[in-house]
Amino acid sequence: MILESLTIRPDDLLARSGWSMKPEGACKGDVCVPLPARVVNDGLVDVSMLADRLGMPLVADEAHGVWSLGPETRVTGRALTTAVAPDITLPDLSGRSVRIADLRPQKVVLVAWASW
Amino acid sequence: MWQALRTELHPRGVEIVTVALDTGGADAVRPWIEAANPEHPSLIDTAHICDDLLGIVNVPNAVWIDEHGMIVRSAEPAWPGETPMLGMLPAMVENLPPERRVVIDEILKMKVDPAGYLEMLLDWVEKGADSQYVLSPDQVIARSLPRGDDEARAAAHFELGHHLYTGGHHDAAVPHWREAHRLHPANWTYKRQAWNLEPTEPGAPNRYEGDWLTDVRAIGAENYYPAIVA
Repeated sequence: MILESLTIRPDDLLARSGWSMKPEGACKGDVCVPLPARVVNDGLVDVSMLADRLGMPLVADEAHGVWSLGPETRVTGRALTTAVAPDITLPDLSGRSVRIADLRPQKVVLVAWASW
Repeated sequence: MWQALRTELHPRGVEIVTVALDTGGADAVRPWIEAANPEHPSLIDTAHICDDLLGIVNVPNAVWIDEHGMIVRSAEPAWPGETPMLGMLPAMVENLPPERRVVIDEILKMKVDPAGYLEMLLDWVEKGADSQYVLSPDQVIARSLPRGDDEARAAAHFELGHHLYTGGHHDAAVPHWREAHRLHPANWTYKRQAWNLEPTEPGAPNRYEGDWLTDVRAIGAENYYPAIVA
């Protein structure tokens, strides 16, 4: 997740990382990690504190004034933290956004490919 | 290829969603998508967000998601059954120049099982949650790839590289992509994506440590696609 400051709106955090801020902490699918209440201040999430608790690397590119927040490592130690499918929305060739969750209740086979 | 299978399976409650992991965006994938003329969603993931959200490190890979939004098989090599191209490769070798022939020679060593994968997929379509190939949530997580600090940092560097590249700063992206490659050498999408965006004219410098042929030979082509565990 690309950041221009070390605070982020909860909606933006959810859209890119799948982590939502709830009273019980940071939650992804059926997994919740308790967090100090001060992690959210004035409606913004303190990214450094969140990154520390979830084991998310925070990499800076100082020359361009941006950070990149990597995925969590501290919950399962695997690429998937939960078997609940992430809420992925991506564009098609025409630029139309498609939300994969909207395809329910069909089964979905998500196939990754590339031109390279 | 997937469109033909979609025609067969869509009336049975299955949707195919293809996702192109392509930083080149619509321009890079348009010829393939237009040739396939898919009726299913055919999406473009320029930042490779599916790499870290789903644990995808190579293509083609697929993830099965059930009617309730649960992943029932994590990312693994996937084919829509036998494809004509795979069968044509041995004959193609004879007509290729040596530098291309060595690439095909390595591809021919790769172990793939398109027929077996299709059999698994059809079993799930028919039996749903009762299919022997459906995994429990704990199994799904356990079968996703290990993610430690190196793999997570690689994801962060790859995304920084993507951000800079799409902002017109290709040279600034290269150190981040090099670092992603170093931290997560098993992620072929990071490597092949970055290599693909390099100039191809003769004499152009290679700004990366590896290349496809060297790296495939290093791991052994037979290990390029892990065997699918039923």
